[in-house]
Amino acid sequence: MTSKNPEYDFKWCPGCGDFGVRRALEYAMEARIIRTELPMENNVVVAGIGCSGNLVHLLEGAQPYGFHGIHGRSLPIALGVKMARPELNVVTVAGDGDFLSIGMEHIAPQAARNLNICAIVMDNGVYGLTKGQSSPTTELGVITSSTPYGKIETPLNPLALYFTLGVSFIASSYSSKPRDLGKLIAAGMDHPGFAIVQVQSPCTTYNDTYEALKGNPSKGIDPTAWTIPDDHDPTDRAEAYDIISQGGIPLGIIYKNEDRPTLDQQNEELHQRVVVKTPNQLLDTFAI
Amino acid sequence: MAHQNEIVVRFAGEGGQGVVTAAEMLGRAATAVGYHALTFATFPSQILGGPTWTQARVSPREVLSPGDAVDILVAFNDYAYQEHREEVREGGVILHDPSVHPDPGFGGVRNLPIPFDALAKKTGESRAANMVVMGALSRLVNMPLDYFKTFVEQRWSGREAVIKANHMALDLGYEQAAEEAPIAELGTPQKPSYDQLFIKGNEALAIGAIHAGLDFYVGYPISPATPVLIYMERNLVGEGRFAYQVSSEIEAITAVLGASFSGKKAMSATSGPGFTLMSEGIGLAWMAEIPCVIVDVQRGGPATGLPTKTEQSDLLAALSPAHGDSRLPIIAPGTVEECFRAAVTAFNWAERYQGPVILLSEHSLAERAQNIERPDLNTVQVEDRVVYTGTNGYHRYEGWELSPMPIPGGPGAYVANGSEHDGMGDTTHLGSRHIQMTERRFSKLKLLEDTTYESHNPDASVAIMTWGGSKGSAQEAHQLLEAEASTRGKLGWYYTMFLHPMPPALLEELRQKELVLVPELNYQGQFASVLRSLGIKAEAITQYTGLPFKAGPLAQRIAEKIGRAGKQPTKAKVKA
Repeated sequence: MTSKNPEYDFKWCPGCGDFGVRRALEYAMEARIIRTELPMENNVVVAGIGCSGNLVHLLEGAQPYGFHGIHGRSLPIALGVKMARPELNVVTVAGDGDFLSIGMEHIAPQAARNLNICAIVMDNGVYGLTKGQSSPTTELGVITSSTPYGKIETPLNPLALYFTLGVSFIASSYSSKPRDLGKLIAAGMDHPGFAIVQVQSPCTTYNDTYEALKGNPSKGIDPTAWTIPDDHDPTDRAEAYDIISQGGIPLGIIYKNEDRPTLDQQNEELHQRVVVKTPNQLLDTFAI
Repeated sequence: MAHQNEIVVRFAGEGGQGVVTAAEMLGRAATAVGYHALTFATFPSQILGGPTWTQARVSPREVLSPGDAVDILVAFNDYAYQEHREEVREGGVILHDPSVHPDPGFGGVRNLPIPFDALAKKTGESRAANMVVMGALSRLVNMPLDYFKTFVEQRWSGREAVIKANHMALDLGYEQAAEEAPIAELGTPQKPSYDQLFIKGNEALAIGAIHAGLDFYVGYPISPATPVLIYMERNLVGEGRFAYQVSSEIEAITAVLGASFSGKKAMSATSGPGFTLMSEGIGLAWMAEIPCVIVDVQRGGPATGLPTKTEQSDLLAALSPAHGDSRLPIIAPGTVEECFRAAVTAFNWAERYQGPVILLSEHSLAERAQNIERPDLNTVQVEDRVVYTGTNGYHRYEGWELSPMPIPGGPGAYVANGSEHDGMGDTTHLGSRHIQMTERRFSKLKLLEDTTYESHNPDASVAIMTWGGSKGSAQEAHQLLEAEASTRGKLGWYYTMFLHPMPPALLEELRQKELVLVPELNYQGQFASVLRSLGIKAEAITQYTGLPFKAGPLAQRIAEKIGRAGKQPTKAKVKA
């Protein structure tokens, strides 16, 4: 949306983490334009359904192409976009409910394919748009509108999941420092393969985790977010696993493997080996 | 009947015994010398074993349906003998494996034991059992052995050992039946002046799609649509193309939408269960105005249903696969040749109205191999997308009519949106917008109205209007009724593969009829109910056995209805 649109009446709540994610994505795309000299129209943002997905309508300045599809399917839509047009820069934005609950089935195949896209997961640990139900990352025992007596399942560890599935770039961050997050997103876009940037994007209405993330010494609350040390080698799988195992919210690039071919590279390589038949030649094979 | 000039041969045995290839081989060999042939196949839903049968009908004239009565049954095992012998006509022949012990009390047919496998082994090529069968058939239908030998030489060209073994198998089979009197005289074949193909419905459909400009195919294995996936994986290759097996039909439809949004012609083929999984995505295509072709090769349903049988029971689902207000364009081919043409038209429609088009095929058509005239690709027109080429700031969804579509990388960036949206694609809740956009989406269907359809005996007050793969059987039934003095000229024939939108002139004609009979393979009479909703006095003739109609019995059922319509000309009883 390039300017105020009176018909579009969706608003994020004041203080919503999604504002920071939007700013970070804008930074990353703008930096890419400068570096590649490709226009903004070369970017496609595929959005899931939820507060997060509205990001695609709220981007300011020059507009990328957007696809605001159906709940849980941002990854397979991105699969279509990328494999149809490998030269496009494809980003998905989806929340924890969209990406990790209804859309969970699509993560493993993209990891196996090493689909060359960057997926931004806006994790607030709750279904916000439908007004506060429990999500896969909601903590055990938490009371939400759909868990009135407390959540009775253990929360998912998304980073461990991505690592196990073989996602070739895993970064983690929060929405409070858009410039830093923008750099991680830019690195995810540049990564040759399937990149996931897991972002803590607090919901100020239903699950305000700002204090937990940053800590509050006066209340004796230690921050859950912690910066990954500079000497961490993200190409080392064992070190990456150590980072994930330490718990909390690590900030930075956890893991990356640039040695695996991407799906579009594999497809391209396949075309070099195969002889293409015209429709008439295909008909010839059935001639009598 | 001794001198009938066409034959129906049924091959029955276990999956893996070469039963399937036998019918195709007979059809291919027969069409190679100028006969017409059509095959029918039904398999069990398992990898090896299980009762399988196929059938080939060979004639000097065009073949419309798999045939009613079996002239020759080839029974590879006892179960096949027991299960199929009742279908063999009086005076027919049962060729059987020596392990089969024919029931002496079952008369009216000749039993002929042939040790298929033992004779094949003698040739040094144990897979030549089918050729032993062909040798015997050659004698029984008085088709010169040379026809088959030439076919063998062409098929295994350059592989002398294989040719030699198969020639020997043909001779051995022929000798087994040498003393038998032929049961048919096929007559001299006449090769048509035009080029021909011997091809299955699924294959014709796949090539049609490729000719139409298909660049992106994804699918998930499901009977009976899997052959389309396999064909695409093998042949939709090359610069800018992508054919790929994805992890579900949900991935398939959404990836198709991503690809088409990005400017490529995209398709996926599936069957009932997969079609259901795609429904939300198809709704998204309608809503966001994204061209695509979805093939539903129907099988029996609901749920897992009958994966390897034929049925025409997805019509209502195809018209409105998704929740909410939509009515999808549907093209349902009725012959193997129409599978090719329907695929091309489906893409033309998708691009012309910028939305999803359902190509409704079915198991019997997908697996049917038939000789068809080779399409002249120079004359088959292909339509491409109207692409936006202006400047940024474009309102892609403005107005009540179709508008040019921007393509990523080019100008006019917008948001393709599955939520109700305004002109630039942003989400809206305004009632006035929903009215405009709903009307915009439906008004585009007008672009697809066709003017051509088949009609015969237009003055008759009762007409037959079948659809899809029942076309051939219904056409043959119509011909049988035309040959009868009591029904000649009394039954109109109408046909189109455009089920929605239907050609308006056809609808107008049908509305004038006292009764329109609709042979279709489902319980509810789905197409008849659609026609009734369009103001046509339609009555279904249904069958839901998992098999196609037989022409003779169908003609009988039609004749009964004509009689009834004649007695009560103004009150045609309508089935609920």
